[in-house]
Amino acid sequence: MSESPFAVEMNDVVIRFPGVLANDHVNFTLRQGEIHALLGENGAGKSTLMNALAGLYRPTSGTIKIKGETVNFSSPKDAIAKGIGMVHQHFMLVPTQTVTENILLGLDQPRFFMRLKEYDQKVLALQDQFGLRVDPTAKIWQLSVGEQQRVEILKTLYRGANILIMDEPTAVLAPQEIDDLIETMRSMVAQGKSIVFISHKLQEVTAVADRVTVLRKGKVTAEGVSITGMTKRDLAQLMVGRDVVFSVAKKPQKPGDVVLSIRDVRAENNKGVPALRGVNLEVRQGEILGIAGVSGNGQSELAEVITGMRPCQGSILINGEDVANQPPIVSIRGGVAHVPEDRTHVGSAPNLSITDNTIMKAYREQPVAKGWSVDFTYARENARNLKRAYEILAPSVETMARKLSGGNLQKVILAREISIEPRLMVAVQPTRGLDVGAIEAIQTLILAQRESGTAVLLVSEELEELLSLSDRIAVIYEGEIMGIVPNENADVEELGLMMTGSHLEDIRKQKAASDAGRVPS
Amino acid sequence: MNLEIILHAGLATGTILLFAAIGEVFSERAGVLNLGVEGMMLLGAMAGFSTSLATGNVWLGLLAAIIAGGILSLAHGLVTIHFQADQVVSGLSLTFLGTGLALVLGEGLTGKNPPLVPSFNIPGLSAIPFIGPVFFTDHSLLVYVGYLFVPLAWYFIFRTRPGMHLRAVGEKPDAADTMGVNVYGLRYLYVFVGGCLAGLAGATISLSVSPGWYSTQTTSGQGWIAVGLVIFAQWDPLRAAFGAYLFGALRRGILDLQGPAFLLGMKNPLYINSNYGFFLQMTPYVLTILALVIGSRQAARKRLGAPAALGLPYIRGERGL
Amino acid sequence: MKLPFTVMFEKRMDDVPKWLPAATSIGSVVIAFIISGIILKLIGGQPMRVGKFFFEATFGSWAAVSDTLVKATPLIMVGLACTIAFKMKLWNIGAEGQFYIGAFAASLVVLIPMVPLDSPRFVIIGLMIIMGMIGGAAWGFIPGVLKGKFGVNEIITTLMLNYIAILWNNFWIFNKWSDAGFQMTPPFEKTAWLPRLADYAREYKAFSGITLHLGVVIALVATVVVWWVLERSRWGYEIKLTGDNKEAARYAGINIVRNIILVMMFSGALAGLAGMSEISGVVHRLQERISPGYGFTGIIIAWLAKLNPFAVVLVSILFGALIVAGREIQPSGLAQLLQGIILFMVISSDVLLRYKIRFIRLHSPAAGEVEVA
Ligand SMILES: Nc1ncnc2c1ncn2[C@@H]1O[C@H](COP(=O)(O)OP(=O)(O)O)[C@@H](O)[C@H]1O
Ligand SMILES: [Mg+2]
Repeated sequence: MSESPFAVEMNDVVIRFPGVLANDHVNFTLRQGEIHALLGENGAGKSTLMNALAGLYRPTSGTIKIKGETVNFSSPKDAIAKGIGMVHQHFMLVPTQTVTENILLGLDQPRFFMRLKEYDQKVLALQDQFGLRVDPTAKIWQLSVGEQQRVEILKTLYRGANILIMDEPTAVLAPQEIDDLIETMRSMVAQGKSIVFISHKLQEVTAVADRVTVLRKGKVTAEGVSITGMTKRDLAQLMVGRDVVFSVAKKPQKPGDVVLSIRDVRAENNKGVPALRGVNLEVRQGEILGIAGVSGNGQSELAEVITGMRPCQGSILINGEDVANQPPIVSIRGGVAHVPEDRTHVGSAPNLSITDNTIMKAYREQPVAKGWSVDFTYARENARNLKRAYEILAPSVETMARKLSGGNLQKVILAREISIEPRLMVAVQPTRGLDVGAIEAIQTLILAQRESGTAVLLVSEELEELLSLSDRIAVIYEGEIMGIVPNENADVEELGLMMTGSHLEDIRKQKAASDAGRVPS
Repeated sequence: MNLEIILHAGLATGTILLFAAIGEVFSERAGVLNLGVEGMMLLGAMAGFSTSLATGNVWLGLLAAIIAGGILSLAHGLVTIHFQADQVVSGLSLTFLGTGLALVLGEGLTGKNPPLVPSFNIPGLSAIPFIGPVFFTDHSLLVYVGYLFVPLAWYFIFRTRPGMHLRAVGEKPDAADTMGVNVYGLRYLYVFVGGCLAGLAGATISLSVSPGWYSTQTTSGQGWIAVGLVIFAQWDPLRAAFGAYLFGALRRGILDLQGPAFLLGMKNPLYINSNYGFFLQMTPYVLTILALVIGSRQAARKRLGAPAALGLPYIRGERGL
Repeated sequence: MKLPFTVMFEKRMDDVPKWLPAATSIGSVVIAFIISGIILKLIGGQPMRVGKFFFEATFGSWAAVSDTLVKATPLIMVGLACTIAFKMKLWNIGAEGQFYIGAFAASLVVLIPMVPLDSPRFVIIGLMIIMGMIGGAAWGFIPGVLKGKFGVNEIITTLMLNYIAILWNNFWIFNKWSDAGFQMTPPFEKTAWLPRLADYAREYKAFSGITLHLGVVIALVATVVVWWVLERSRWGYEIKLTGDNKEAARYAGINIVRNIILVMMFSGALAGLAGMSEISGVVHRLQERISPGYGFTGIIIAWLAKLNPFAVVLVSILFGALIVAGREIQPSGLAQLLQGIILFMVISSDVLLRYKIRFIRLHSPAAGEVEVA
């Protein structure tokens, strides 16, 4: 393996964004026929480095060689011509077009007339070669996330890519789908491709990669070391720069009265497809109920119906008052705090100041409101206090929200939501995309809410996060709750099965049956 | 109140809206909202009229109209694509700019008689009963061009590779960009195409359908109606054409209501007091609003929307410019 | 040929310097004047003479200044109307129609008449103000409801309503209230006139011939009110929030549909007030063409003023001057052309607020960086 020649050599690459040094003299090599993991925390600069390899960014300085030849890409087209294909973290697919159209996007063939039928056949042939199945005539928006990922991979393969970059491909997949993906990657390597596999999950890296390069804050901390002999602990140390203790302290605590009670709730998603099919849940005071599931299985919609952002059928009682199908103001008045999934498009107003962003919920009531007017002097003072208390890093409270980093913006949102002293907090993916420091801070804040007696509904796609924070975990699949288990005896394998659509009772029954079958031997 | 005459005239006036609306379909499909259609049309009408007058050649007039509309649209392209200015405000300023330029440059054109686009019958087809007299008799060349243009535009957008790229750029420019499609280039191109067609629409007025130069009255808001039609048409050239012709016919039919002294056996109030004509003149504008309401409701029900990136500047990373 | 440096636009991370927005606005106006001058020169005009004439006609004497302010008065109100709508990203380009309907509704007070015409002046004028605002608000209500309830694009509806409003007015002035067949109503009684400085010429000699009327005070009051609403009130906060991020506003529990309708009505009311002020303070009757496109100029004013109510006043004075001079400047479209260019310059210059321009010498990165803005 180690004697195979380099497919990619990146030397001394520097990429600078205004105010950020995203890549600081990075060296990276990819050998032909290997799977090379690029590991690093969120914001470490992994995507940036690979976007440069894919021709999307131009390095501030440094050289890139492909198969020994120095290249200078000025557009993705140049990179594609050199056999580089990238599956982006956020899919780059046109939702209103078909699979085949998306695969053909940007190519010179067909010249003018589309002749889609003919090309559908070519796409099918390619699918056979790599075992990646997806209906070529389907429109992208009709596909599941896993299928969309296959389209992305097919796109690169169709262009004859032999260097594949996969940016956090597992983040959107269920455990079983991840296994399939790893299978596909192995088969591609077997057919002579080289793969860069970006991840921040140690588990997967140790499972598939031949070598690993670790980035921390834009700098390389391990350059192309062989994965054999590396422990997860070593890698974590390289990634974070200190020993990581993967647990925030959670005190044992007895839950109180029921705060949120959901009965047979049904709702549609934005495409008009049923997204919630009869959900029943309860959350109690001082309890964190975690909602696990692969993204797109109704978690977002669940949070939205509770907070009044989406119409629904069924009943949603908050302290006995039905808020189902009421505008958001009703649930706000009922003491519901909402940390939305989309920080920038829902949770904040990008061009308004931090001060303005902190009063989004409080501007109607004393003391921020004074009659018909807003007391901005008070609001500013209050925002300053919050900035100090929550350690929000920003020049001043007049700074526009869009200039904040993800972690600081999330702190602004949490500060605002917590300061309304909620009875129920609905938090959707509150730590997604944040670095370790910010994650810890946010998780601590959520636990503090639990201790102060707030009921918390926590939606997350990170099982580890749910396991370390929740009191109980409910798994959602295609808009149905597959089962709810107390955290103490949660079994990861069981959760994984539920996440792919098995009901808890069925799993237990089967297990009991197979246990029973094994006993006699 | 002759149906044949109304439809015949409707096709002619509809052709104006047709060019302008389909031009706007191209621009919006690429993700650029251009509200300056009225200004581009007016400039096109003026450029076509004056060039035809000066050169005595109506073809040069049409060419000048197309180029004038196209060049003006590039100002919008520059400001919205490169400077990432708000497309709404830029489109509005384009209207002012086009109108102002047309008025300044069009001084003294009123009352002149340049050569016009010729009208003729289509041999053979014009003999078909009803269809012939309505569609193929004594129409301006531009009307016939319009017939051909509609299916071609539809085919181009939905069935060809450049059309696919056009749609991709307006739906998800980052996807197109990562696949090596030149997003900025295509947006400029289709803004330009939209401008050219708006210019042609203007010349369709001044050199064919209602020849002459009447300053802002030349277009009298048809550019805006065209923008409204695009929403009604849900960004589909076929529906845009249908809307344009329907509009042309309705407009004409309603104006004809004023003619007869008796209507449905009753005295025609419009005939007695011509001031009610003001209400008739309102109808195209009222109809546009109605068309928008219908279009918006349908779009909402079918979850059909504008191109997803319509109105949004494209910025790759921070490479914004 | 290769340039020895590349130009880079770099997103601004720091706050925009306070003076920069004002500087770009002023710069835009200056550049627009220069470009218009060039165009004028190209078509054979005499830019310098036109410029000199422009200044004399607008600021050359007290009477000229008064003329300019009289033209600025409706512009201020219409500019404010656009400002408040644009703050919420509602593209009300129907101020023109709202202006006409406001004028129409205010005229009803006199034409019906709604109160005896020998009532005290403040009763009649007060009623006209109210009617003008109601008329404009009603004309804003239609697109507001269509937008709020059915999601109908307000740009087109407000525009179509402009044409309808003008035709509606024409119907009445050509017809029922036509003054002996002319396209105008008979002049209003003096009790329906906004007081003018000229009315006090007997007491103060200097006022003779000065047409400045009370409308300018109404406009300034409106400015303060709009400023308070936008910058201090809870409703203004909702408008700002909705304008910046509609989803966030929904998330904050704001009733967006209601606010769309209310803001459109408020905006319409301000434009209607402008219509009232114009017929009661200047024309003294309802007639054709009471607006030379005030509604559209208001859009430019609001944008040039960066949606700041006090800046609207200043910009309106400039545009008032443009209109005063434009009446006599040939060719007639020049004022409109100038407006178009100014607006283009303003929106193009906004790029300077979002980006810094750096010239970077090739081969020596960092060393040769020159910051321009
Ligand atoms: N387009 C951009 N403009 C400015 N900063 C950016 C841009 N893209 C990424 N960054 C910054 O660069 C750093 C690295 O980002 P990224 O490469 O996306 O990290 P990773 O993929 O490892 O999570 C982060 O601090 C991020 O905020
Ligand atoms: Mg990344």
